[in-house]
Amino acid sequence: MNLDNSPLNATVSAEVDSTTVGILAVLGCILRREWLVALRNPGQWVNPLLFFVVVVSLFPLGVGPSPSTLASIAPGVLWVSSLLAVLLSLGTLFDADYADGTLEQLVLSGQSLPLIVLAKVLMHWLLSGLPLLLVSPLLAVLLNLPVGAIPVLMLSLLLGTLALSLIGAIGAALTVGLNQSGVLLSLLVLPLSVPVLIFGSSAVAAAASDLGSSGQLMILAAVLLLALALAPLTAALALRIGVSGSS
Amino acid sequence: MFKWIHRFGSAPFVYRFAGFLGPWIGGLCLIMLVVGLYLGLVVAPADYEQGESYRIIYVHVPAAILSMFVYVVMAVASAVFLIWRMKLADVVAQASAPIGASFTFLALVTGSLWGKPMWGTWWIWDGRLTSEVLLLFLYFGYMALRSAIEHPQSAARAAAVLAVVGVVNIPIIHYSVEWWSTLHQPATITKIGKPSIHPSMAVPLFMMVIGFQLLYAYVLLLRIRIGILHREARAAWVAKLPEVNSV
Repeated sequence: MNLDNSPLNATVSAEVDSTTVGILAVLGCILRREWLVALRNPGQWVNPLLFFVVVVSLFPLGVGPSPSTLASIAPGVLWVSSLLAVLLSLGTLFDADYADGTLEQLVLSGQSLPLIVLAKVLMHWLLSGLPLLLVSPLLAVLLNLPVGAIPVLMLSLLLGTLALSLIGAIGAALTVGLNQSGVLLSLLVLPLSVPVLIFGSSAVAAAASDLGSSGQLMILAAVLLLALALAPLTAALALRIGVSGSS
Repeated sequence: MFKWIHRFGSAPFVYRFAGFLGPWIGGLCLIMLVVGLYLGLVVAPADYEQGESYRIIYVHVPAAILSMFVYVVMAVASAVFLIWRMKLADVVAQASAPIGASFTFLALVTGSLWGKPMWGTWWIWDGRLTSEVLLLFLYFGYMALRSAIEHPQSAARAAAVLAVVGVVNIPIIHYSVEWWSTLHQPATITKIGKPSIHPSMAVPLFMMVIGFQLLYAYVLLLRIRIGILHREARAAWVAKLPEVNSV
């Protein structure tokens, strides 16, 4: 059944439109709700962080403890691990809301769905991307990354994990409500996240060998801006498809 | 104009038209491939630098061209399906995905076989090779998403969104991978340049590219007919078809 065209939806959106809820009010409302949900369900943001720390600590065990080897693979290891951690946490972006029907209500609310998606992704990033950013200096030191490269690492992770959250939101929206969506989500999103991975890790590698990394960081920022503009629209379209097909 | 579009949206017409066109295209394809292979493998001279092993070009280059061409066809068909809800466009996109994945796989395997005698290795993480692998992953993602969603209408629309997102990303992925490999590997292995190719080699190559295009068209027509029969299995006109009744 296509919910978008149902008469019920038309009346609901007409009522909401007549009260003219402002964009900022919607944004604030969604952000506050996501914040409360996350506080009451700490696993949602603690698990990706633990995953990141565990994966990074496995690498020295796998490739050997030689400091020079670790230093040379550190940018790639930190970036691949944070990419996987972001992907892991994205599985929960829409699924809980889908399961309890909140997502359907959001789609039906008559408010701009791309805006709602953007608010959800931003709060999701604050709770799962930002902690990665904050522990990354510690892990960088464990991997013997030169200290001078740490600011670039954090800046590249700031731009990159936000872009990855936005790109991953498209995948999460496409796989909403599916069984085993985690594996499928990785298959869909990993090829799309290659540019972020390449420029993120090469920025860190350049900084580690005392080369300029502003070029890579600017491209990362460009990818982020492109994702910021297009990903919420695409994810909203995908969510409408997912919600309309379920009933 | 609109009448014409309407006719091409009608399943029985397309089914018969594809059935009529199929043998002609198949025959033309067979002629092109046989003549092209004869000219390429027997008539054309051996390369003075690469000897006989360059002849794999007559399979490798057409497969690589088609791997990208098919994805573009798939993405355009998906966009047409999303915008105008034209069901036939979805049939085309769905039918194209496995064909494109096969061409991509063929291009990778022949490239690897060619790389062993020429570059001395089965595989290098060269820009072109890497983007071809990522293209294969995009095809797999499309097919996996399609088969994961049970509701056929949502599966079609979600997969169409993914195909369009993929085609926006392909140039970004391609250039980032090119820059990445030039950042990391300063020409240790100089790529085989494009010398002005002699007509005795260019003509068979051109014929093989046309032959592969026709092969794609032929297989596509077959798969479109199957796709239409799947979708319209309960329609009255299908029940009246002689080939259905004879089984």
